[in-house]
Amino acid sequence: MESEEEGNWTTTIESERHWYAPDLRGLWQYRDLVMLFVRRDFVAIYKQSLLGPLWFALQPALTTVVFTIVFGHIASIPTDGAPPFLFYFTSVVCWQYFAGNVVKTSDTFVTNANIFGKVYFPRLTAPVSIVISNLLQFGIQFAVLACLIGWSIFQGAGVRPGPSLLLLPLLLIQMAALGLGVGLAVSALTTRYRDLAYLMSFGLQLWMYATPVVYPVSQIPQRWLWLAYLNPMTSVVESFRYVMLGVGGLTLELSMLGIAVTLVVLTIGLFLFARVERLFMDTV
Amino acid sequence: MTATAISVESISKRYQLGVINHGVLFRDIQSWWARARSLPDPNLKIGARTQAGNFNALQDVSFSVRAGETVGIIGRNGAGKSTLLKILSRVTAPSSGRIRVRGRIASLLEVGTGFHPELTGRENVFLNGAILGMTKPEIRRKFDEIVDFAEVGAFIDTPVKRYSSGMYVRLAFAVAAHLEPEILVVDEVLAVGDHEFQKKCIGKMQDVGAHGRTVLFVSHNMTAVNNLCARSILLRSGQVVADGPSSDVTRLYLKALDQGEQARWICPPDSSAGKQAYIAEMAVLDPQGTVREGYELTEDLRLRIRYHLSEAMGGITLGLQVSSDETGETIISLSDSELERSRLGVRRAGEHITEVRLPNRLLNTGVYSLRIGISRGRHEILDVAEGLAFRIIDSVGIVQYLGFERKGSQLAMQLPWTEEAA
Repeated sequence: MESEEEGNWTTTIESERHWYAPDLRGLWQYRDLVMLFVRRDFVAIYKQSLLGPLWFALQPALTTVVFTIVFGHIASIPTDGAPPFLFYFTSVVCWQYFAGNVVKTSDTFVTNANIFGKVYFPRLTAPVSIVISNLLQFGIQFAVLACLIGWSIFQGAGVRPGPSLLLLPLLLIQMAALGLGVGLAVSALTTRYRDLAYLMSFGLQLWMYATPVVYPVSQIPQRWLWLAYLNPMTSVVESFRYVMLGVGGLTLELSMLGIAVTLVVLTIGLFLFARVERLFMDTV
Repeated sequence: MTATAISVESISKRYQLGVINHGVLFRDIQSWWARARSLPDPNLKIGARTQAGNFNALQDVSFSVRAGETVGIIGRNGAGKSTLLKILSRVTAPSSGRIRVRGRIASLLEVGTGFHPELTGRENVFLNGAILGMTKPEIRRKFDEIVDFAEVGAFIDTPVKRYSSGMYVRLAFAVAAHLEPEILVVDEVLAVGDHEFQKKCIGKMQDVGAHGRTVLFVSHNMTAVNNLCARSILLRSGQVVADGPSSDVTRLYLKALDQGEQARWICPPDSSAGKQAYIAEMAVLDPQGTVREGYELTEDLRLRIRYHLSEAMGGITLGLQVSSDETGETIISLSDSELERSRLGVRRAGEHITEVRLPNRLLNTGVYSLRIGISRGRHEILDVAEGLAFRIIDSVGIVQYLGFERKGSQLAMQLPWTEEAA
């Protein structure tokens, strides 16, 4: 009797204050839920206003205009031979997908407090679905970018996306993973430190200027290059421009370094998130 | 003999009152840096103890449930029922102890979690089902049954924002009712919908129990508990006080309401120690200032609170909630600085006595509980007191005079009627 009682428990709920492995298996089991969250976000964006999708296209265009005037014309920063407008637009689309992922996943606990407080399901489904939903925005901006590039080629500008375009999905995955990792870490820390939420938008802006978004890698002084390469977004933005416009580019080793740093960030984010997810309801 | 489905092993849950951390990274680093150099923490009040007060929502709770059993969990507001539910649902973790579960567990603390107004009924069924742990094929298989049960018929492809509240609730409950977990933990979601629908839900729950599934049912509704559950567990102040046949346990619960719990609550001497602020006493008084067994609906009520501040403090707010014991719903929620902003200024150290008068014919007949909290600023709770119950009766009102029953309603408030001249 006693021996029959032992073992084969399906779930054990134990006390707090331990480190946990991220619940990746649960995430896989609930993959249907992830896709349903994505669908919900799509529907919500479309049904609320037609302006939503239009705004997605307009936002990078306006930023690009500002960058072209300030950095292209006033500061005259070289753009590796690419037309400045295309150069900035490409960088901005790439950066915004990453930054959007960070911003939206970082308040996972706050926006979902209502649902999280009532039902258990793997909490990771929420931020992962956000990263996928943001692809809608990226897709719209990417389509605009593709049109601009096509038009420039037609006009005879010196841009030429090559066969490396096939690497695009990999780059997207890296952007998503990095944005998710940073967002998860911030979301875990903001449950404890609310002031971090204010710091984040400022931090992201600083990060953008530390990343070759408004300037190419070739403009970074030799002795700071090592630091630039430790920033995983450097390799993402530079590679994205290489893939789309055929300017700049990185060696394989440096891309691998970027990927390695991305994986480290993602792992840290996942663990911090797993630590907080079980107890945050007591503090929100 | 059937196997154990749920084994709850000395679960405790402690909530910290007061400052959990500064909530501000800069201050935490400052404190940490000071401690690291063994200097006094600049963010601590001089002489204050680092240990803030704790509130034990659950203390050493143990029980086990066999597979196929339907067990009721009852207790007054604040007895620890909802904390236990939250732990079982894995919404929060216990402070100590553990729970082992055999089989898939699903909990319903609310129906319609995650419903999005813009989505159609169909889309919401899938979303809500997935949140509750169903897979897509599972939902697809039950879809027709769910729609039938909810009686929404042709509206299934309409966005739920256009649903009437009745339809909304029916659809939400229908999804929940078609979950097929081995263990189902249910909060008082049955307290929704019209009477017909409630009966249907109770029928559905009985089905679940009859199919060898384990059900934990948390409720204030003693009739439902008696009907559904052979066994019940009574919680009081975070501890199990009775565990046995439902008829005995519910009788004990109702008896405790009648005599044990009084309309006066006095802070136990040891629990105020070390607190910056605490509720010393709360009482419900009749207009003459006496504590009674029942209060007439036709008389005003005086809610009297005595609290104590260890030092002069600013930004203090006293909160008061009156909730119905039958439904658990909060009927009145007041804060003493709402109408009088000046109360947010500094309040002197020492004892304060304050009173709220509830006008007559506000609360309907029934049993109510009172909960008082002291908070400072936005997220700092200094003290919470609960465990006071009082009964409103009506033995002299107009209804008695006319000789019929008062119609059920949350409030008994009466408003003037005017008649137009013919």
